[in-house]
Amino acid sequence: MTREEIYSKVKDVLVDALGVDEEDVKPDARLRDDLGAESIDFLDIVFRLEKAFGIKIPRGEMFPEDIFTNPAYVQDNKVTPEGLVELKKRMPHVDFAALEKDPNVNNIRFTVDTVVNYIENKLKTA
Amino acid sequence: MRWIWIDKFTSFEHAVSATAIKNVTLAEEHLHDLYPAFPIVPHSLILEGMAQTAGILVGEVSNFSQKVILAKVGKAVFHRIVRPGETITFHARIDQISEQGASTSGTAKVGEDLVAEIEIMFSHIDQNMAGMKFPEHNFVFTEQFSSLLSSYKDALKVML
Repeated sequence: MTREEIYSKVKDVLVDALGVDEEDVKPDARLRDDLGAESIDFLDIVFRLEKAFGIKIPRGEMFPEDIFTNPAYVQDNKVTPEGLVELKKRMPHVDFAALEKDPNVNNIRFTVDTVVNYIENKLKTA
Repeated sequence: MRWIWIDKFTSFEHAVSATAIKNVTLAEEHLHDLYPAFPIVPHSLILEGMAQTAGILVGEVSNFSQKVILAKVGKAVFHRIVRPGETITFHARIDQISEQGASTSGTAKVGEDLVAEIEIMFSHIDQNMAGMKFPEHNFVFTEQFSSLLSSYKDALKVML
């Protein structure tokens, strides 16, 4: 499956799960800040991606939420150096350039492209 | 007041699907509040009936060890009103389920008439992503709800 085909399916998933307009789903749109995703939406997105691509997404693989509640990795809303190492290891599909400049957790950019990267990696290793 | 919007289960297949019915009677106070002189079942309570049918179906998968709460209504399309004297049949099925929650879909019908198509997501709230803590006891599945399922199972025994 080409990246364009993956992107098109991911776009359909996000439009259905988040009730957003197709034109709002751009590669650099952030799921939470730009598309309004709330915590339950992430589970909805996982379910819909599993169905759309015929894959199984283990808990914490695409959104490793446990990192954010672990004080060794996040303190006072800032990602620790150990946290950054862990995030890079567990989320190779995320671009951490902004977080490397400023460790505030809000600089973790989880975008539409991030989801496409994740699916692309997942299909390659399937 | 008992917050139960289904009367009994008529079928129940573990982790797959469930069917429940609700008999609507003119004696129910809420029917008269929406449109005076024209009693109907509010759509919100049809949604609640589906949430109870699907919620018990999801809760039974873990033998009611999880606190299952309605987290998202993905779709609720209504095609017809329901009036006193009619019986609503709720049919719910589990589309996907994980340790964090479940997605369900189903229909509400009166006879063969489609009343509503509803998709609901449930969260197992002790597994929520924010790491929030909730009371130890299962405040979702109270005696009111568990008696619905046990009376279905008891009826099966009587029939045998």
